[in-house]
Amino acid sequence: MSNGRFGVHGGQYISEPLMKAVLELEEAYEHYKNDPQFQTELTELYNNYAGRPSRLYYAEKMTRDLGGAKIYLKREDLNHTGSHKINNVLGQALLAKKMGKTRLIAETGAGQHGVATATAAALMGMECVVFMGEEDTKRQALNVYRMRLLGSKVVPVTSGTATLKDAVSETMREWSKRISDTHYCLGSVMGPHPFPTIVRDFQSVISKEIKQQCLEKEGRLPDAVLACVGGGSNAMGAFYHFIEDKDVQLIGCEAAGRGVTTAETAATIATGRLGIFHGMKSYFCQDEYGQIAPVYSISAGLDYPGIGPEHAWLYDTGRAQYVPVTDEEAVCAFEYLSRTEGIIPAIESAHAVSHAMKLAPTLSKDKIIVVNISGRGDKDCAAIARYRGEDIYE
Amino acid sequence: MSRIAQAFQNGKAFIPFLTCGDPDLETTERLVSAMAEAGADLIELGIPFSDPTAEGPVIMAASERALRGGATTDKIFAMVRRLRKKISIPMVFMTYANVVYSYGTERFVKTAAEIGIDGLILPDVPFEEKDEFLGDCRRFGLELISMIAPTSDERIDRIAKEAEGFLYCVSSMGVTGVRSRITTDLNAMIRRARAANPQLPCAIGFGISTPEQAEEMAGYADGVIVGSAIVRMIGDLGADAVEPVADYVRRMRAAANRSAE
Repeated sequence: MSNGRFGVHGGQYISEPLMKAVLELEEAYEHYKNDPQFQTELTELYNNYAGRPSRLYYAEKMTRDLGGAKIYLKREDLNHTGSHKINNVLGQALLAKKMGKTRLIAETGAGQHGVATATAAALMGMECVVFMGEEDTKRQALNVYRMRLLGSKVVPVTSGTATLKDAVSETMREWSKRISDTHYCLGSVMGPHPFPTIVRDFQSVISKEIKQQCLEKEGRLPDAVLACVGGGSNAMGAFYHFIEDKDVQLIGCEAAGRGVTTAETAATIATGRLGIFHGMKSYFCQDEYGQIAPVYSISAGLDYPGIGPEHAWLYDTGRAQYVPVTDEEAVCAFEYLSRTEGIIPAIESAHAVSHAMKLAPTLSKDKIIVVNISGRGDKDCAAIARYRGEDIYE
Repeated sequence: MSRIAQAFQNGKAFIPFLTCGDPDLETTERLVSAMAEAGADLIELGIPFSDPTAEGPVIMAASERALRGGATTDKIFAMVRRLRKKISIPMVFMTYANVVYSYGTERFVKTAAEIGIDGLILPDVPFEEKDEFLGDCRRFGLELISMIAPTSDERIDRIAKEAEGFLYCVSSMGVTGVRSRITTDLNAMIRRARAANPQLPCAIGFGISTPEQAEEMAGYADGVIVGSAIVRMIGDLGADAVEPVADYVRRMRAAANRSAE
């Protein structure tokens, strides 16, 4: 069996033309991850460009209102470009540059990863092309403009369901045409090895900081860490340094869309089964013949039919649990956090907030839970207004 | 000698591809019979997949049409069962890993072998992952076809050495689809493969559509694979594509064998 396995999951299920690219990437990453110079440059970018470390904020009003566990919010929404995506992108862009690549290509769903990639490309003087489902270019028109403003080209993808999975497929096709000068800056802990490991490592700064900050503030580790999961990069980042701390509960919140009993869902753990797609073995929403399901969620960033292989393994081993959260619940949490704490979370992150609202009241006041606010919600305001029947323009 | 090996015994092999169920399975059945009659040496039957990441727009569109038309793995198996009574040339399935894996690899491979399929091509399963499928293929007598690409370089030695059936040589970088020019040094690529495994037939695919290209490619290799050009004719003409496709197969096979004369 190949490298990059998490239990049975992971691997490198890609076409032969791309093998050279992933092997070259694996070799470069193995070298640079232990290179002090690389780590110094990356830390410099994290701190002085992205604004790290992000704050661990005690949500006192929310805690009081829910009347149970103490709630902390990890403020990834305060990063430059407005989400956790920048952590991974700065790492990959720096790596690509060291490898002599001059061009970045990326997929994007909600546009957060596309904007982050366009930002890093602008900063490092690289060419950038972002593939985005045509459906999503309409849902997230503002982010399309931001990417163009940053000097990137945005290619609308019309194949399949014209959403995130099709954008990933199209970026893979583009990469197979041109690997010599081009790095595929994959946005989540998915795809062929070494991407799930690389992206997890770059995002693991989140759990490293949570651990340190929680020890400083509370003198102990949290009892639970919550994060939303599409492909699963912010959750993997928030979980990683707690995997060995068995007393810390790890909870991934999946997008159930209109509910896990309907076809309009993107909750992979709840409704998917084992498969091989987009370079990896993992769980996927699919029909009886293995055709990938056209999934749905109000959140373009969680609207993906699979889940990263390390999450699949954390699920298999029982180390993490995964819960479905519906559109309606996420929208209520979006509104709740805005009103209660004056923080507008991304609709993706609102899925984790929603589960915290259910969990906190069931726990005693001496318990601590951390919710990863993976991104800010400005991008979602028009869509949520429309969901509530108010027709506003961006 | 396997049926696939025999396909390379009568001059250069011409290997057409089509997507099963595009536009419907009745038409596919007639097309396959007509291609066999027109001299195809081996036929690649594509089982459509919802997200074919190695395909260009022509075969992607065909996959969508086939799935919309209701093609499923079981219906395609039933069609092959009928076809096998009529034609004797080798047939291989070309599809994506999840179609086989999700059906149950053992169940898929066993059924495919029973109905008379000779080999399996999975473009998203490289050398490093082939063990996932190889055991069942060996057990039930299906040859798992390996691929090499312009970027394979020193990987060619390992891949060719362990390859079976024939070696699928990808002519150009990128996805399937017609190309006006093929710039890869195919001579060097195939020389390297032959050095590693002298018995193994090599067939070139990706980008080939004209008789001139077929003739040139056959000069380097033992066979020529044509997909998108045929699928485009089927896309344009639908059920009326049978005669034109048969005629095209005749011309392409003749062109491929001009180089041998």
